[in-house]
Amino acid sequence: MKAMLLLADGKMFPGRVKGKIKNATGEVVFCTSMVGYQELITTPAYKGQLVVLTFPLIGNYGVNKEDVSREGIYPQGIIVREICDFPNNFRCEGDFEKYLEENNIVALYDIDTRALTRHLRDNGTMNGKIITGEFDKEKELDEIKAYEIKNAVAEVSVKNELTISTEDAVAHVVVYDFGVTDSILDSLKRRKLDITVVPYNKTAEEVLLLEPDGVLLSDGPGNPKELTGVIAEIKALMDKKVPMFGIELGHQLMALAMGGSVEKLKYGHRGSSQPVKDLDSGRTHITSQNHGYTVSGINEDEAVISHININDDTVEGIIYKNLPAFSVQFHPEPIEVNKDTSYLYDKFVSLMGGNENA
Amino acid sequence: MPKKENIKKVLVIGSGPIVIGQAAEFDYAGTQACRSLKEEGLEVVLINSNPATIMTDSNIADHVYIEPLNVETVKRIILKEKPDSVLPALGGQTGLNLAMELAEEGFFEEHGINLLGTSVSSIKKAEDRQAFKDTMESINQPCIASKVVNTLEDAMDFAMEIGLPVIVRPAYTLGGTGGGIAYTEEELREITTNGLRLSRVTQVLIEKCISGWKEIEFEVLRDAKDNAITVCSMENIDPVGVHTGDSVVVAPALTLANREYQMLRCAALNIISALEIEGGCNVQFALHPESFEYAVIEVNPRVSRSSALASKATGFPIAKVTSKIAIGYTLDEIVNAVTKKTYACFEPTVDYCVIKFPRFPFDKFVNAEKALGTQMKATGEVMSISNNLESALLKAVRSLEIGTKHLWLEAFDELSDEEIRAKIFTMDYERIFAICEGLRRHIVTIEEISEKIKMDLFFLKKFKNIIDMEEKIKAGLDEETYIQAKKMGFLNEVIELLAGKKCEFDKPAVYKIVDTCAGEFEAETPYFYSTYDEENESVRTDKKKILVLGSGPIRIGQGIEFDYCSVHCVWALKEEGYETIIANNNPETVSTDFDTSDKLYFEPLTKEDMKHLVNTEKPDGAIVQFGGQTAIKLTKALTELGVEILGTKLEDIDAAEDREKFDEILENLNIKRPQGDTVFTEEEALSVANKLGYPVLVRPSYVLGGQGMEIAYCDNDIKEFMKIITSQSELKEHPILIDKYLLGKEVEVDAICDGVDILIPGIMEHVERAGVHSGDSISVYPAKTISDRLKKVIYDYTKALAMALNVKGLVNIQFVIYNDEVYIIEVNPRSSRTVPYISKVTTVPMVDLATKVILGTPLKDLGYGTGIYKESEYSCVKVPVFSFEKLHGVDATLGPEMKSTGEVLGIAKTFDEALYKGVVASGINIKEKGKIFISVKDNDKQEIIDIAAIYEMLGFDIYATAGTANVLNNHFIAASVVRKVADGENNVIDIMGRNGFDVIINTPTRGRKEETDGFKIRRLAVEHGIPCFTSLDTARAVGKILLDKKKNNNDPSIIDITTI
Repeated sequence: MKAMLLLADGKMFPGRVKGKIKNATGEVVFCTSMVGYQELITTPAYKGQLVVLTFPLIGNYGVNKEDVSREGIYPQGIIVREICDFPNNFRCEGDFEKYLEENNIVALYDIDTRALTRHLRDNGTMNGKIITGEFDKEKELDEIKAYEIKNAVAEVSVKNELTISTEDAVAHVVVYDFGVTDSILDSLKRRKLDITVVPYNKTAEEVLLLEPDGVLLSDGPGNPKELTGVIAEIKALMDKKVPMFGIELGHQLMALAMGGSVEKLKYGHRGSSQPVKDLDSGRTHITSQNHGYTVSGINEDEAVISHININDDTVEGIIYKNLPAFSVQFHPEPIEVNKDTSYLYDKFVSLMGGNENA
Repeated sequence: MPKKENIKKVLVIGSGPIVIGQAAEFDYAGTQACRSLKEEGLEVVLINSNPATIMTDSNIADHVYIEPLNVETVKRIILKEKPDSVLPALGGQTGLNLAMELAEEGFFEEHGINLLGTSVSSIKKAEDRQAFKDTMESINQPCIASKVVNTLEDAMDFAMEIGLPVIVRPAYTLGGTGGGIAYTEEELREITTNGLRLSRVTQVLIEKCISGWKEIEFEVLRDAKDNAITVCSMENIDPVGVHTGDSVVVAPALTLANREYQMLRCAALNIISALEIEGGCNVQFALHPESFEYAVIEVNPRVSRSSALASKATGFPIAKVTSKIAIGYTLDEIVNAVTKKTYACFEPTVDYCVIKFPRFPFDKFVNAEKALGTQMKATGEVMSISNNLESALLKAVRSLEIGTKHLWLEAFDELSDEEIRAKIFTMDYERIFAICEGLRRHIVTIEEISEKIKMDLFFLKKFKNIIDMEEKIKAGLDEETYIQAKKMGFLNEVIELLAGKKCEFDKPAVYKIVDTCAGEFEAETPYFYSTYDEENESVRTDKKKILVLGSGPIRIGQGIEFDYCSVHCVWALKEEGYETIIANNNPETVSTDFDTSDKLYFEPLTKEDMKHLVNTEKPDGAIVQFGGQTAIKLTKALTELGVEILGTKLEDIDAAEDREKFDEILENLNIKRPQGDTVFTEEEALSVANKLGYPVLVRPSYVLGGQGMEIAYCDNDIKEFMKIITSQSELKEHPILIDKYLLGKEVEVDAICDGVDILIPGIMEHVERAGVHSGDSISVYPAKTISDRLKKVIYDYTKALAMALNVKGLVNIQFVIYNDEVYIIEVNPRSSRTVPYISKVTTVPMVDLATKVILGTPLKDLGYGTGIYKESEYSCVKVPVFSFEKLHGVDATLGPEMKSTGEVLGIAKTFDEALYKGVVASGINIKEKGKIFISVKDNDKQEIIDIAAIYEMLGFDIYATAGTANVLNNHFIAASVVRKVADGENNVIDIMGRNGFDVIINTPTRGRKEETDGFKIRRLAVEHGIPCFTSLDTARAVGKILLDKKKNNNDPSIIDITTI
């Protein structure tokens, strides 16, 4: 069925729709990963967005129950060039189109995704709407421009505390769930930690009652500056010198709590080939990222930049000088245990008093 | 880490002649390496025996040695040039092996030379089978059950232990030479024996056969700081079992879920770290299609064919970055040449897919064994880029130039359903075409195919999509179907053929940029591929622009030399201030490097593909004369598209090819040619042949490399050849030429003509008499036995012909001198394969001059004069190199049809020394004495006498078949009689099997008959690596220089050609 993507600046991209046939408004962002479409749409950080996949062949290996970042589907819709209608893989349990339909997600396909990506790159991330059928452009544009991603963290965060315990745990970590992905929890589990996942609005006081050895601030969607309450609680925990580790959104929130500033990137970092240099070791790591904001300033009395993105020199990691706390703007957990950046988890465990090599 | 301070002068080792398994990709890699070292201010010394390369140009390196690639020569060059470092990783397996030998000898250490890039111990860990296995085990990377053996007995024992089938892989050989899959004990014995012999260290790996698993490759880069990235993943459409060089490959891998992808990616990174590779490296995996089980197949600790593909597929210049790493830089210090905004330390992301399709030589070698296996057989490859797989496939197929523009073969029309099915289930080079034909006929389902040959259903469905679209078009062509078909890569002519009517729609192609980052950053690289979208990223400039057509895939008869010419043309055009546009599809070449031309279009070279390009760029002209027959064939199409052909025009190119027009020209000029006529049928052919008198030369017109050309000695030959020629659809529309065959001396010139004057940089003479294809002849410059009178005649004829054909630019003319008279064999109004070497040895930059002439500068103003250029004081001998050992079933005899894949050059002050160096460089390794076996046809029996005498003087014991021995003995040359095969045991073949002979001279009776003794002798010689001369001229020349060398035993000279 024919459909149109209308962008906030009035630019239109014709295509067709599959999956759940419906209109969808969202912030249009692009992601350059060449594999992992199922993981992508199950990542809470994409909440409220229309995600353009730059790789043209999507759905090749179908979908399965295992390859999810977290339960649920988060984007408003996806925009692709082609969805494979004949997937094949030994773990394939169904095709991607049906999966989208079942999860009430629309896919705009048969569009020039490269032209759209270039438009977003040159003009910055903007809102847009996938529209089926006839439409009144001016009216739609009013709606598109008014769209905002709001309360995304509140929507994706767990409502109740959740504990995951391990035998012979080396430490107890509290994870603030702003939209945490299973891979982060898995990385913690592998390090023999007792884990308590808490809702985003848990107060510092409540967290301290759990007697954590450390607190992990997870990744998640939306504008960090919106979360003023959370920022205050983080500050309170930092003041108590609780060992802390921030990832993606958690990294931004920590920076804001410590007097830093955050701004929106023109078109974000989304993909699995973001080169990040560890300024301490001098090594550059290829990381996976999905964020639209970045830390633009830190209070240099309190913090020092530990990692930068070598493409655009943006801040990718911060160490807090007099605190057992640090944060990174990328996902340190690759799917497999490997040489990449999972050492950061070991570092966190060691801050919590656990064995570094556990 | 900045550049290492102690590096000032670097020796780069090239890869030598083009052979199957080692093609133009190393010219591309080596050229990139030399340039990136030079831009760092380093002095570069280069050695490569291949004169057709761009890397051996005097402007690429500071000191260039076109010398034999052997340990002795490299040592002497090092002692002369005193480089402080050697860069071995860019010269293929040849370069790496040489460096390893020198390192193992302690030569580098002794002379304080750094080996740049990956260390010797790391290379050993990757190359030595056992060391590799141990390393993999130590980092928990699974290998395939295997064992390194040095004897046949151990091989048999181990194979019995793990069970047949097993794969036999010889260590340290090229393109898997000598390997294979053994299903029976007998096969195991045969393959292992052969493999042990070919291995430099008499070592083979016996390995569990995992045919049917997915074959996945990762191209990986690492620096000394342990930064490591994967540049590109690649997946073979053909599962494990077919050599990756012969497989159709997609990039990136398309059937892996994120988990498998990351698993293998991490494995590749862990492996490159464990091996401590510094630079580019290729890791091959086999992945079980039904589980996460995988195995590491092999690691190439150097830049490889896959690196060239990965570079072109992503825009990431692996060879350049490898060179920078070798001199000390780290990945995060090297700027990404595409974006110029980011660094090389990132993993390219693509927003398209790429197909590599191999080009096989079976159009030349119709009798060769065509089944594919672990031995690579392709001579070259094409690459295509598109945003869907179907279209990439169709683009690749029409880039191959195998006479089809779609996934079908006309020859299949005659095959029954059963024959098609049989072809689908055999590992045949045409299997993908057979699959499509089977689906088209509905005689097979994709499920059945996948079940039987283990090809992934994902790929098969893509083939099916193409067939479904064909059916849709047949059912009725509306605009929507048309647009879908265009997006899927169908040509208009294919759509019209299917629809059975003229197409009323015409959607123009647009062009997208290859930018390494899927659009995330603005790219400055004008590297384009076509799609059927709306947005066009190729912005036309107002500059004067010229389109230069490349030469497509490397094949026999059209090799790297035409890439040399195209690239030089581009350089000359740039110098003259033009914007240059290249269209080509060969990922191995310098012409398809994104910084060679101002704009690069990676496209099939067909009329429609060019139409879109021409409409987008509206070039002021096109130059076709440097791109070989590929470009020449497009002259008409471009003319019809309204593009001005710069240089020699269409009608003149036609006149040179058209028998009648050409005869008329010759008659007017009073120039003789061997008598002959044009025929279409067998009857006509027989009548003409008998009128001329045998022997006659039979050949189809409009072909390159003497395709389908044969010498006929009798009526039966004519009948046989006509049948072969008319069975090839590409050829049958064109007339067939039959000429009197003159057994004379062949002479060749390349000349530049501006319409007023001509310049002949040099006259070449062939060692072999006419009848051996010029590409397979040993060619000598300056001509040695041609009198001044004849030189004058040759000059006059060349000038007269060039004027008559209105040549503007290059022309190549072949003459035969018979009874002291000059006859014309053929005229090619274009560049030829001798242009690179003649340019280098005469220092006349032929392509440069020709390009300037084409643009309108008179020849006399170009500073090289007119007439015959002064003869060089150096003598140069071009020696052909063959790949017979890779191609079973091919007769290793020389004839009018070209068979060589590459060439080397010997250069020295004297002819004898030059020939000696050429022969050595070509890999012919003749012992100083030993046993020679001689068997020649009756016509040659008188001539063999003095040749045998030479070898006798050298100290060879002579063995011969009865007839030959009889003649020799009658002339007081002692020759022992050896039995023919029919005479029973202990015959010639048996003796050869025991390595009983060191040299063989055998002239074929004729034809392609596989059952003759001669055929078996020649094949066995190839397989046992015994030098075998099938031309008496070659045997005599080589014998003479050996004798000479024996008399005055001097080291051959080494010559820096930049000082000529």
